[in-house]
Amino acid sequence: MATQPDLLMPAPRVAMVNDPRIRGAVYQVLLLALVVWLGVEAYLNAQANLQAQRIATGFDFLENTAGFGVNQSLIAYRESDTYGRVFIVGLLNTLLVAVLGIAIATVLGFAIGIARLSSNWLVARLAGAYVEIIRNQPLLFQILFWYLAVLGAMPAPRQSIAIGVQPLLQGMADGLAALQRFGLPGAPADLCRALADWAGPPQVFLNNRGLVMPELTVGPGGSLIAATALAGLIAFVVLRIWAKRRQAATGKPFPLLWSGLGLIVGLPLVIFVALGAPVTLTPPVLRGFNFASGVRVIPEFVALLIALSTYTAAFIAEIVRAGIQAVPRGQTEAAYSLGLPRRRVLRFVVLPQAMRLIVPPLTSQYLNLTKNSSLAVGIGYPDLFAVFAGTALNQTGQAIEILAMTMAVYLLLSLITSALMNWYNARMAIPGG
Amino acid sequence: MQRFAFLLVAAFAMTVQAASAQTLKTVKERGTLICGVSQGLPGFSNPDDKANWTGLDVDLCRAIAAAIFDDPSKVKFVGLSAKDRFTALQSSQIDVLSRNSTWTSSRDTSLGLNFAGVNYYDGQGFMVRKALKVNSALELNNASVCTQTGTTTELNLADFFRNHKMKYEVTAFATADETVKAYDTNRCDVFTTDISQLYSEKLKLSNQNDHVILPEVISKEPLGPVVRHGDDQWFDIVKWTLFAMINAEELGVSQKTLAEALKSEKPDVRRLVGTEGNYGEQLGLTKDWVVRIVKHVGNYGESFERNVGTGSKLGIARGLNNLWNNGGIMYAPPIR
Repeated sequence: MATQPDLLMPAPRVAMVNDPRIRGAVYQVLLLALVVWLGVEAYLNAQANLQAQRIATGFDFLENTAGFGVNQSLIAYRESDTYGRVFIVGLLNTLLVAVLGIAIATVLGFAIGIARLSSNWLVARLAGAYVEIIRNQPLLFQILFWYLAVLGAMPAPRQSIAIGVQPLLQGMADGLAALQRFGLPGAPADLCRALADWAGPPQVFLNNRGLVMPELTVGPGGSLIAATALAGLIAFVVLRIWAKRRQAATGKPFPLLWSGLGLIVGLPLVIFVALGAPVTLTPPVLRGFNFASGVRVIPEFVALLIALSTYTAAFIAEIVRAGIQAVPRGQTEAAYSLGLPRRRVLRFVVLPQAMRLIVPPLTSQYLNLTKNSSLAVGIGYPDLFAVFAGTALNQTGQAIEILAMTMAVYLLLSLITSALMNWYNARMAIPGG
Repeated sequence: MQRFAFLLVAAFAMTVQAASAQTLKTVKERGTLICGVSQGLPGFSNPDDKANWTGLDVDLCRAIAAAIFDDPSKVKFVGLSAKDRFTALQSSQIDVLSRNSTWTSSRDTSLGLNFAGVNYYDGQGFMVRKALKVNSALELNNASVCTQTGTTTELNLADFFRNHKMKYEVTAFATADETVKAYDTNRCDVFTTDISQLYSEKLKLSNQNDHVILPEVISKEPLGPVVRHGDDQWFDIVKWTLFAMINAEELGVSQKTLAEALKSEKPDVRRLVGTEGNYGEQLGLTKDWVVRIVKHVGNYGESFERNVGTGSKLGIARGLNNLWNNGGIMYAPPIR
């Protein structure tokens, strides 16, 4: 370190104490030691204090029986399961609303952002009004609005709104029958009625307990169908790589959309029909207060999902608009002068360049949506924060452990989202740029 | 997120402060008692439009303040949700928690807290719409139930339905108001909580007369004040303030009869009002501590009638909460 032969001038001799690099290293080590010491001290102090007050500590409670019910669970859950399982149930509920919310918010946000730049006056103004109204209201208020206003408008289970073909056909039959008085032949009404009878009673119901649908049970052969779908997906990915290469080399496009649909949806459908449609639908049956069987989407989930996705979409729309407007006008004009139609200009010239500006702030919106999902506690949606940092915390009283776990989950979710988006952003960057 | 931040701050406050063993000294130096109550439960702890708190649980805090300062107004009330209440006490944000909290073994042993007696014997019940024509909780199979999270009710509810092999769906809300609102908008068939609270929340419903409280009582809910571990003197003060109110009722010492009681020749009355012995001083208070309590707040019976009894809007009968020699189970150890 003292002498470096490739330098023309000999390095100035300095005492170790004055060498800026050594000094810097020493300071960093000292700072690190201080941080570690603070952490250890805080931990030991917490331990000692909790013990002195005889407050239970440790993670053993995760093995204990939770004993309380949760009204939405993606995995099997009963009251006799453990707090550890409650944690997973809450985590999955949070993930469900976050992933679906991000997907809907992205689609909606892009659509509105592009619509705001539309040359159609009405479309542009409507999109503008959406953004200004939605993003300027508190989110909790919007969640409560969707929950209480929409819930209040729904009927009780016994007066459920039936959704299906049969009520529609029945209504048409009644209408046509009424028209017979004015000389309409009876045949169309009879046909509608016959069709309605054939369709059977409706199996989807909407009421203030949520949306009730028939339960789908896949019989033997289900795994075969799933395997076909997976194989179709892999085949499509390979096909897509080949098609892109061919297009790059020869300029010939390949109908990717249709071949993709055929591989991923069509093929499993053929197998499904060949196996004789091995599914059974268990229709919801009204028993006592509520529908007893069937699958139910709870209103808390719907309200939270709508509120989170529409709210975040307003911000995404602005990000998309800013991104598109930042693409130099010359690019669009050049594309038009090549004779590209408007849609293609947007898809192949403007959006790819805009994405580089859109992705980083978009990541922040995704993170916000995930964290905002903890507002679910206001309307009783059983997310991680409500069931684990709520009920479980209260029953066990282990605030430090539970809050630490909850914080770790939100941190981890955010870091994973960030990492994915950064990877995507790197892919979108100008190669070598 | 606000709630989360609160819990977080509280959790970390717990880690830095050592168990303070001098609550009485702290309270005297501060000049006010900080008392954790509900966020508004008529009859138990409820603020009016001038932020004047009243209720059975509020009276207990006023009685403690009266015993210490001879002034029942030297109390600062902090409204807490069911979820935040114990953390607030553990982290010393309040001196005493008087918030219709059920005394259970796990709360008494693993939270670092002590329950200082029972000021209301309650039980969990169900409220339904009259239109459902349900007469018993055993007819509630498949019902949708609204309740408040962070209470003992979720567990009792699950136990009751499991015991009777009935299915149910529970939706748990963070605050009592959100729960009542959801029940009122017909999200649930059933609203469950402690029966006293059902009477109280019923007042908030849009059509009170359309609802009925079912006869079943599915749990034991002894409600009482709570203090932190590590300060036995303070534990004694809270416990004996409650006992003093009950004893005062038993000995017939009320706001009206206080003047006579001070002249009384009966030894147990003389000990109570401090004309004989120094029981208040043993607690770290003054000789006339019970006189101060009764003068400013009244005895247990007076507080009960005024806040939740048949004279109040809630109209709850004394029942279990009557004195032991009057058909109930309210029983306080003697002052001597």
